[in-house]
Amino acid sequence: MTAHAECRPLLESLSDYVDGTLSEELCEEIRRHIAECRDCRIVVDTLQKTILLYHATASEPPNIPSNVRDRLFRSLKLEDYLQK
Amino acid sequence: MTQTLPQSPSISALKSGDREEFVRLVDRFSAPIYRLAMKMLGNQQDAEDVLQNTFLNAFKHIHSFEERSSLSTWLYRIASNEALMMIRKRRPETTMADFSPEKDEDEVYSPIQFVDWCCLPEDEFLSSEARLALDRAIQRLPDKLRIVFILRDLDGLSIEETSQVLDLSQTAVKTRLLRARLTLREQLSSYYGNRLQKRSKA
Repeated sequence: MTAHAECRPLLESLSDYVDGTLSEELCEEIRRHIAECRDCRIVVDTLQKTILLYHATASEPPNIPSNVRDRLFRSLKLEDYLQK
Repeated sequence: MTQTLPQSPSISALKSGDREEFVRLVDRFSAPIYRLAMKMLGNQQDAEDVLQNTFLNAFKHIHSFEERSSLSTWLYRIASNEALMMIRKRRPETTMADFSPEKDEDEVYSPIQFVDWCCLPEDEFLSSEARLALDRAIQRLPDKLRIVFILRDLDGLSIEETSQVLDLSQTAVKTRLLRARLTLREQLSSYYGNRLQKRSKA
């Protein structure tokens, strides 16, 4: 990917490729390229995995420690709703 | 999800000062906003300040909310501004130039790590040690890339919503997102590449 001039434009489209928002024509071009270019294939695969891992951690519902929530309610003068 | 989200708050009730509606707003959005602040600032005290300031500002300005964006986009906008302001306050040497758009002209940098770590066993990917590495990698991103990555890939906002929240063009959001993702890939390649090596030696 660093050595080949043709790898560069591919890099620019990678987000759209992994998000599935790239045109079929360009997807095909990428698939053709990574079938022959080992470095690019690794970048595409590991980038996809990177995003997948972060999505997996983000799909766990965020929580807020109860003392942080308590202080938030007090700062907003909503402490009478704290038991709810 | 273990619990269902509270019903979306009514904007007209919020504008009329209905306290119960504010509670609904806080309950619905406090956890994601706290997470955003934690990921942006990396410490609980600052994140808590951002969280409180976000809702204090939201309460104060709800009457002028023009509904050109959704309520959640509006709240994320306040929270992102608060977080970026907190970073500037904490690091006074950070100049406005760090947030200026022209730096976006930087071309997307070239990958340097070509280790294929996708073949690691599944239990390696989200071990508690790996989760720390994932978090650390986010913390190391430059602020303007980090905020885009958090909004888009952790909070699941669309490119359009992210551009509204940050007052950036969609092109700028896409560029920053790609740079953030590629930077994270490099860092994860170091971490998981290392794990791969250790396993092959074991």
